[in-house]
Amino acid sequence: MRSIHRGIALALIAGIGMSACKKKPETVVPPPNNPPPPPAETCDAACRQRRADSIAAANAERDRLAREAAERERLAAADRAKNALLATIYFDYDASDIRGDARSALDQKLPILRANSGLQIRISGHADERGSDQYNDALGQRRAASTKRYLTDNGIDAARISIVSYGEQKPAMTGSDENAWARNRRAEFEITAGSVAPPQ
Amino acid sequence: MRLSVRRPGALALMAALAFVLRGGVAHAQDSSLTVRIGLTYAPGTKPGVLVLPVNGDNGDSIRAILQRDFDHGDRVNVIAGESIVMDTTADGSRGQYNYPLYARLGAAAMVQVTATGNGLHVAVHDVRTQRVERVKDFVIAGAPLSPDWRQQVHAMSDAIEFWLTGVRGIAASRILYSSGGRIFQIDSDGANVVALTSNSPPAFYPAWHPRATRIAYAVMTDDGMRIMLRDLNGEGNGTRPLVSRVPAGSMNNAPTFSPDGETVLYANGLENGTDIFAASAAANEPPRRVTVSRGFISVSPAYSPDGRRIVYASDKAGGLALYVADADGTNAEALTPFNYGDRTQRSDPSWSPDGRFIAFQAEIDGGVQIYTVRPGDRAAPRQYTNEGRNEDPSWSPDSRHLVFTSNRSGSMQLWVLDVESARVRQLTHAASGAKAGAWSPRLVSY
Repeated sequence: MRSIHRGIALALIAGIGMSACKKKPETVVPPPNNPPPPPAETCDAACRQRRADSIAAANAERDRLAREAAERERLAAADRAKNALLATIYFDYDASDIRGDARSALDQKLPILRANSGLQIRISGHADERGSDQYNDALGQRRAASTKRYLTDNGIDAARISIVSYGEQKPAMTGSDENAWARNRRAEFEITAGSVAPPQ
Repeated sequence: MRLSVRRPGALALMAALAFVLRGGVAHAQDSSLTVRIGLTYAPGTKPGVLVLPVNGDNGDSIRAILQRDFDHGDRVNVIAGESIVMDTTADGSRGQYNYPLYARLGAAAMVQVTATGNGLHVAVHDVRTQRVERVKDFVIAGAPLSPDWRQQVHAMSDAIEFWLTGVRGIAASRILYSSGGRIFQIDSDGANVVALTSNSPPAFYPAWHPRATRIAYAVMTDDGMRIMLRDLNGEGNGTRPLVSRVPAGSMNNAPTFSPDGETVLYANGLENGTDIFAASAAANEPPRRVTVSRGFISVSPAYSPDGRRIVYASDKAGGLALYVADADGTNAEALTPFNYGDRTQRSDPSWSPDGRFIAFQAEIDGGVQIYTVRPGDRAAPRQYTNEGRNEDPSWSPDSRHLVFTSNRSGSMQLWVLDVESARVRQLTHAASGAKAGAWSPRLVSY
């Protein structure tokens, strides 16, 4: 008898245990009959126009910024071209030969001059303080002429280039040492007509 | 005006004075050693000259001008005569002079100046013989101490120096120079600085007409350098370009008048080199090419005093060297020796008024010094300076002094050099510095 009861109890325990381990069935929430309504549509025609305008304005602003960026780049390129055109070149003592570094600088000016046919420039020749003032005037003239000749030999119309000598009268750097002298033995460039656009 | 010999008996003393004036220097520059009065002093020294105090309102100024002029002339030794001022035994108005005192002070001659109604009366005394050797009344017009008045007193100094030494002084002269891009003139004693051009355009390289009635100079523009002529005495048409049609961008500098004043030589630089050109100073005519340098540089022309020759600097053979040629540019020959590879730059020549010397600057081993050389003489040039940079020599009317530019005082200023003694004195103290001095002819002569 006791064993029957024990068996029933075990069976109950086992049943309870099994029922405790059994997965609870999922609760299915029935979908609503109608989706929630969107925010209340308060935009009338005027509103829609404003929205369109806003979109258009944003597009315009985007275009403007793009144009400005392009313009900035164009101007920057023009500035770079102008700086290259106006870059000073330097000479050795008592010499008017075009040095290697000066040749590179002049070569950068050539496409700018070719791309801007309305551009006219003036080349001024300078000398350091050493030597006779009168000779230095002539040396500055020779340096300016030598510089012009390099450009014209490379296809630039001579009529677009004028020259002048300032001798030692307009030093770029004051001083009586080699550093100052080297800075003063130079040819400078100035635009006398037209403007610089960047090369295409 | 030439003065006659007052005491022919003094001729015996002339040789002694001539010896003193030569002073044993390497090359005396005086062309005339005729002595107008006889003075006795030790050979080998300059005669001592004492100037008595001068009466009148401007007496002190007159005495100071005379003493300074004599000193700057470098031919006499001015006795600092302050003790004379205190000498109560001398009363020139009563013919009382303390000759023994003057002699002890080292004076061979005493100069007495007395104000008159329209000028100054000058008496020159021989201290040894205690006699008046020369007297003259000078008419001095204009406001006292004015520039014109000062020039007349300078001219009186020059006349007295002529009596004392046989060579007229150079006090009555002026020097042109450029400073800060303007042309100035200054009296030979450093007084009376006057600007002759404005600030713009910048002006450089002034030159005198031989009669000092006009000047030439170069102006710098953005279209090149141009030569301008300017009348100083209101004659002609004021200021005008030397050449009316100048190629754009050309460099034109270093003008110099011919001795007759009719032609201006200058350097003209184009794109194919720099050459010497000649243009009429009177008529606006096309200039004439004088040198043909074929791409090289020829600059700094100067005439010989007779106008038949020119000297200029050119790098046509390498380094910048001096050449002498006929006035039309032919028959050019090197003035200074040139060796292959020589980098010495010789330039800025100036031919002495007596024709005997050419002064120039030479850049050697980084320094620039003043030299002279005899044209036609192969002797080595003589160096006169060795301190700082020394440039742009220009002769005085007596062919004994040079005005030149030097930085020895810390900035470029004009200095005056006595080529016989090598004595120098600073002429300008310009804030912007001074360059390119050009000495005038004598402006007033009694």
